[in-house]
Amino acid sequence: MTAASGGAGPRTPAPGGTGPGTAASGGAGPETAAFRDHSVVAAADRSRWQTRRRARRWALALRSGRGTAVVCALGVVACALSVALVITVGQAGIGVADVWRVVAARLGGADAGLTPLREGIVWELRLPRALLAAVCGAGLGLCGAVLQSLLRNPLADPFVLGVSSGASTGAVSVVVLGVGGGALSLSAGAFAGAALSFALVLLLAHTSGGTTDRVLLSGIAAMQLFSALTSLIVFVSADAEQTRGVLFWLLGSLGSASWAEVAVGAGALALTLVVCLARAHALDAFAFGPEAAAALGVRVRRMRLTLLLVTALLTAVLVSSAGAIGFVGLVLPHAARAACGPAHRRLLPVTALLGAVFLVWVDTAARTLLAPRELPVGVATSLLGVPAFVLILHRGRRGRGAPGRAGAGL
Amino acid sequence: MSLSARNVAWRAGGRLVVDGVSLDPRPGQTVGLLGPNGSGKSTLLRLLAGIRATSSGVVTLDGRPLREVGRKAVARRVAVVEQHAETGVELTVEDVVRLGRIPHRGAWAGPGAEDEAAVREAVERTRLADRLDQPWHSLSGGERQRVQIARALAQRPSELLLDEPTNHLDVRHQLELLALVARGPVTAVVALHDLNLAAMFCDHLVVLCQGRAVAAGPPGEVLTEELVAQVYGVRSVVTAEGPGGRPSVRFLPEEETEPRQTAEETS
Repeated sequence: MTAASGGAGPRTPAPGGTGPGTAASGGAGPETAAFRDHSVVAAADRSRWQTRRRARRWALALRSGRGTAVVCALGVVACALSVALVITVGQAGIGVADVWRVVAARLGGADAGLTPLREGIVWELRLPRALLAAVCGAGLGLCGAVLQSLLRNPLADPFVLGVSSGASTGAVSVVVLGVGGGALSLSAGAFAGAALSFALVLLLAHTSGGTTDRVLLSGIAAMQLFSALTSLIVFVSADAEQTRGVLFWLLGSLGSASWAEVAVGAGALALTLVVCLARAHALDAFAFGPEAAAALGVRVRRMRLTLLLVTALLTAVLVSSAGAIGFVGLVLPHAARAACGPAHRRLLPVTALLGAVFLVWVDTAARTLLAPRELPVGVATSLLGVPAFVLILHRGRRGRGAPGRAGAGL
Repeated sequence: MSLSARNVAWRAGGRLVVDGVSLDPRPGQTVGLLGPNGSGKSTLLRLLAGIRATSSGVVTLDGRPLREVGRKAVARRVAVVEQHAETGVELTVEDVVRLGRIPHRGAWAGPGAEDEAAVREAVERTRLADRLDQPWHSLSGGERQRVQIARALAQRPSELLLDEPTNHLDVRHQLELLALVARGPVTAVVALHDLNLAAMFCDHLVVLCQGRAVAAGPPGEVLTEELVAQVYGVRSVVTAEGPGGRPSVRFLPEEETEPRQTAEETS
């Protein structure tokens, strides 16, 4: 007992001031003060603390709000550059300057001075496609990161709550069965299916107790059910051509991107990003489970419902315009965590930006590598993404425990 | 005043896990919760923290029911250290301690000077200052316990709820931790298994048995041979030989066995 009290005593700040202020003033002052207060241990502790702080200054700078802002600004620039660059990739021979001129012209500037055909390629085809890729990549990455933390499962992805399977059932109902009598588009059908599936998951999860495990299991049940329904519909009534069309859509395609889809997707993305970022600290609190989060002041049920709703909404919007693009939402959050640590204030924007840049480039590869044929983007994401991810996993493993990496946490 | 429970009960699957317990620690007091496994200690702590809603009865903070105070405001006052803490996230010691500042931070705010000071003070008091970079997953059970306690201290609570905090700790750290809790200005409610540690550090003891409070009061009054026999079903000798004349409990083997004989047989 005496050892305990003796040990804890000197650690309280001494009146003579062995704190950072005197330590920094140099000379014999702090040393004598330390002896006078019998606080050598405390002084040593403190100087060790100071050294650590100095050594990790860059990590601290990154952790602060400004650091995150810098990282995000760089990410946005990288994203914009990627979009501008990928538009020039392809057969029309368009340069970055042309892209800039077309955008300026459309936004009310001088005439672009390009042929209508080339201007159309930039404005009607490649720009909305690249932007939709960016929105999808960002949205899927964001949803994946949020769901992995919320459900405490590293295998969670945006489709874990049955949204994509519901969307596919909705899509084949419209395309193959002709539900809606031609008034419904494929996207509308997909969105309706996704919403229905998610509602079913919420209902199931709620009636079975509402815990994290129940939510996951309900999602799996819905996923299986709607996948089976899709297969059943295709099996019973589709011809080969329709089946091919549906399959292609299921694997993801950004080929039909329109400005309307970009606008809706970007709106949903912005909403979800704001809602999730406002709960970034609360997501951090989930590291030790929902009860620990509750003890840290998080209203667990309400937050879980809110986040499930916004991520499901965003996923449904993205899936109905671009199909179920896999890999991005499952793997990119892990890559982002390896790069910037587990704090959600940084993780969420970084994952979104990483996803955006990733999908912009992968979609470009998908449309050009086998030209004139187009690879489904969902196939390309995995083919190109897995090797990159393996590389990151190995890097992360070697780098773990290094002071810089460790300091980039919460 | 401060945190107080009036006649609280919690029901699960038709069984009353906590059955009408009242608790009213004075500010700064250290209250020990004793009782055998499954007597409702952990559940009572969760009710006190507001993590679980009471089936009946009410928990109040400064006279206001927890529900009215609000989750976040409660978490700024009441810190909890659970018995088990597990995570799949790759966190460092510092990351975990920083979690304690969540209730104090706005949704969009970065860590401020007060957050830094609270984290620093917490790690110094728990002697973790030189281990901040260590990954959580590389820590032993006792070290994890200390990190969780540092996290709770970083919350700068006025009430601290600890569920068997001395589990996994070696003797020195057990004494150090309980001294930290008992000497500090916080009001602490601590579930404990070790009767002697409870007698040594607690100002007030509440003994639970099958969800009911069967005894409450200062250690000298509560810890008797009769109570130990009644609650734990174990024979013991209680003397006033603990520090400051507090009770000291020595357990005896069951009546039927004869220790000398068994010792000879085994050797």
